[in-house]
Parts: sequence; structure tokens; C-alpha cells
Amino acid sequence: MLTAMNIRPTTNQVNGPAIHVQGLEKSYKELRVLRGVDLDVARGSIFALLGSNGAGKTTVVKILSTLLKADAGTARVNGFDVVTQAARVRESISLTGQFAAVDEILTGRENLVLVARLRHLDDPGAIADDLLTRFSLTEAGSRRVATYSGGMRRRLDIAMSLIGNPPVIFLDEPTTGLDPEARIEVWQAVKALAQGGTTVLLTTQYLDEAEQLADRIAILHQGRIIVDGTLAELKQLLPAAKVEYVEKQPSLEDVFFAVVGDAAGDGHRGDAETGSQDRMTRSSRK
Amino acid sequence: MTTHFFGDTAVLTGRTMRHVTRSLDTIITTAITPIAIMLLFVYVFGGAIDTGSVSYVNYMLPGILLITIASGISYTAFRLFTDMQGGIFERFQSMPIARSGVLWAHVLTSLVANVISLVVVVGVALLLGFRSGAGVLAWLAVAGILVLFTLALTWIAVIPGLTAKSVDGASAFSYPLIFLPFISSAFVPTDTMPGPVRAFAENQPVTSIVNAIRDLFTRQPVGTDIWTALAWCVGILVVAYVFATISYRRRIS
Repeated sequence: MLTAMNIRPTTNQVNGPAIHVQGLEKSYKELRVLRGVDLDVARGSIFALLGSNGAGKTTVVKILSTLLKADAGTARVNGFDVVTQAARVRESISLTGQFAAVDEILTGRENLVLVARLRHLDDPGAIADDLLTRFSLTEAGSRRVATYSGGMRRRLDIAMSLIGNPPVIFLDEPTTGLDPEARIEVWQAVKALAQGGTTVLLTTQYLDEAEQLADRIAILHQGRIIVDGTLAELKQLLPAAKVEYVEKQPSLEDVFFAVVGDAAGDGHRGDAETGSQDRMTRSSRK
Repeated sequence: MTTHFFGDTAVLTGRTMRHVTRSLDTIITTAITPIAIMLLFVYVFGGAIDTGSVSYVNYMLPGILLITIASGISYTAFRLFTDMQGGIFERFQSMPIARSGVLWAHVLTSLVANVISLVVVVGVALLLGFRSGAGVLAWLAVAGILVLFTLALTWIAVIPGLTAKSVDGASAFSYPLIFLPFISSAFVPTDTMPGPVRAFAENQPVTSIVNAIRDLFTRQPVGTDIWTALAWCVGILVVAYVFATISYRRRIS
């Protein structure tokens, strides 16, 4: 349903990683949400930041999108410092927040035109129509967004983020609250984005989502990145001792709980059937 | 301010204006309370109130206009609060636009929406027998005072719009503002009020504003009331603007 996108990011390409974060710290009063986060995201890749609710994923995204100031550490997006060059960062990014950032009273098309105007682009109407086609929203384009389903809203939300072809896109829990069908639609949209050369940083609490989409995965736990690597690298973290049972590969879920369990020391390993349920929304077991 | 400030503010104002034109019920609700009060006072209480040579509807319209504005700005707070709750505010803040344009768009929309409500209320007052011999200049002066009062109250409304935790909290602040004209010269001459109430009534902002507008409508010399009224409007505007800006900085830092 989504055709591949021929978007080439244009805005002020700078060499080096698309996102570079070092020693990021942030506290809300007594609560230390981030305790020294380091990460690098290569250009044109999909990077998944994985963690439980409250792990600090949204805080990282907010700092990177200049909505929040870190207490310590540095962050560069598209080569620009998020504090001293905030305006340049804003030219380089799009944020799709946790709650669909769409205007419910406007129609889908008006939402797109609005963003195109704010980005000072020529011919906002044509841009809107093009995106409506690409995201299969042409028929719904003249309806108010209040009438849209959750999946349609998310698609519109992501379409709005593409306007102006920003080289870096942040997707904060893009599929939370969506039904399985809508999730797959969003996944297709994200994959198409990366094919076009856009760097995507997405946060998710769904392990299968990271497994499906990401080139690299980092696990954020208790304010630190405790693992960072490709899916294959993460899978190698599990001890080989299970070899005799291996009929299926360990899923990322197994890796996650093994790693998190070790770091947290609260025994998610083994028969973690009960203890883990409240911390993570789990993908299907077996 | 960036070079795009005016352009961006215009685009964003277009957006919030659509919110108003697509929910005309908000204009009607804004106008209905003052109209109901006007009917009540003109046809029920008014006959028993001695306003001298001035007809009662002429006497009380200025107060009704202020009530209209006070009830109108609660929608400003509501619209701003809704933006803060959804993701759209954060989307705007993460875009390369003039950030304060988001706030100014709400303020300008509030002004336009209130002007529409005021026109509706004046229209109803004309049906009820309101007449004024005021000339163009006097009408312009009335319009100027009302615009200034709307801006002052709008910047007050911005504060709960930015900081409220719930929808109710965002709009509840307007109730005292709607009530304020009742303890002023808006509906009854202040002479009959007991000492402390009278002292309050005669020295709160509504009385001077109401007196100034009334004098303009009835072609009386406005005296010092108009300066007191302007001082109150500008004073409230400046203080509210400062606090609103502080709240805004806090939200976007």
C-alpha cells in the first residue's frame, strides 16, 4: 500500500553520525531519569531505543528534538548541537511524539498544508496531495481528523513529519495503542522512510517492533544504555549453554530479559513468567 | 524574533481561527450567558432599579459587554490547553518556526472570536431597545477599550491554558471574572451599596471601564474614568503578559 519513497534528505548534510549522544543526564527533581546515556546513530539507519515504561526513552527524544534541556552531557543531531544550535537542529528533524500530533479539527489535507506552510515550502497543496496519495489517505483527506481511526491518525502524523524531507526523524512509540493491522501499516511506512535515506530513531516498548525494523538496537534501562548492537550481536549475548535445546533461535525478548535481569538483579531469568509481565508488553511467546 | 515571525503567526492564527469557525457553538455559548443576564436584568430586575434619565438597557450594556469578554476568554484557555495536551504543541516547538507565534496565534484568535461575540451581543441589545447617539469617534473609543480589555483578559487566560492540569482547571478561572461586574456600577448605581462593598465596587477595574463606556455611549463627558480605565487595562495586560511569558518559557525550556 505504501509505495517506496524517493525522498533524499537535503537539509545541510554534515558528515559524521546523524545522532551523537554522550554522557546525557537528566533529573526531574529527585528522580534521575537519565544517568549518562551514550549512543551513536549512523546516517540512513533505523535505530531502536528499547525500554520499559519510564525508562527514559521519551526524555532522550525530547532532548534530541530541543524540547527539553539536559542537565549534563552533549547531544548533536545532524552535526548540530541541540543547545547551542537548536534552530539548525529543528531544521534537520521531525518529531512524531507519543500522542499523534495532529489537529483533530482540521482535515487531513489541512494538517499537511499547515506543516508545509510552516516549513515555508512552495506549493503546500501539491505536497499535501502527494503525501495523501503515498499514505493512502486521499479519500480521507477532506475529512476532519477527529473521524480517523488510530492507524490513519498515525499515518497522517508520520506523513506530516516527512514534509520538508528532514534528514532525521524521531518516532516516539509510533505504534503504541494501535491494532495489529495498523502497526504493520506504520512499520511499512518506517521501512520506506529508511529506504529513502532518512535516519530514523524510534523508541518502542515492543520487542518485536525493534526486531522487525531496526538496524541497531539499544536497550535503555535505569537511565543507561546497557546494550547497543545489531540484532545478531544482541542474540550472541545469551550464553551458548542452551545449545542442546535449540530448535528456535532466542528471540530478542529472551535477550532483553536476560540482559535487563542481570543488570537489575531482580531475577527475570528462568521462570520469569510472573515478574516480567508488568514491566514489558511482551510479544507472543512461541 | 525571527524573520518568519509574522508569516508563521499568520499561518498559525489561520489554524486556530478554523477551530473557532468550525465550532460556532463556542461563539454562541460565549454570547448566550451575557444575553440571558441582559434579558433577566432588563425584563425582571431592571424595572426596580433607578438609573435616572438613562434607560436601563442603555445603562447596563457596558457591563454586559465585559461579561461577554470574560466568558469568551475561557475558550482561549481551553483551546490552548487542548494544544498542550495533544502532541501538536510539541510538534510546533520542534519545528523551525518562530516559537512564540504559537502563543500569539491563540491571542489573536481570542481577539477575533471575542469581537464576533461582542457584535452578536450588541445586536441583541439593539433588539431590546439599546440606542446610542454616540458618534464615530466615541464608538471607536469604545471599541479600543474593549479590545484592550480583551487582550488583558486573554493574557490572563493564557496562564491557566499553559499551566492547568485539567480542562476544568483551564476554564474555571473565568468564573470570578464573569462575576466581577456584579459588584460594580455595571448593573446598579453604587450609592446604595453598604460601605465596604461600595468601596470595593468603586475602586475595582470594572467600574471605571463601565463608566467610561457608558459615558461614551450616552455622549457625556468621560472625565477621569477613561484614564483610570485605560490604566487598569494596560496594567492588567502588562502583568498578565509577563506572567504568561514566564509560564511559556517554563513550558518550552
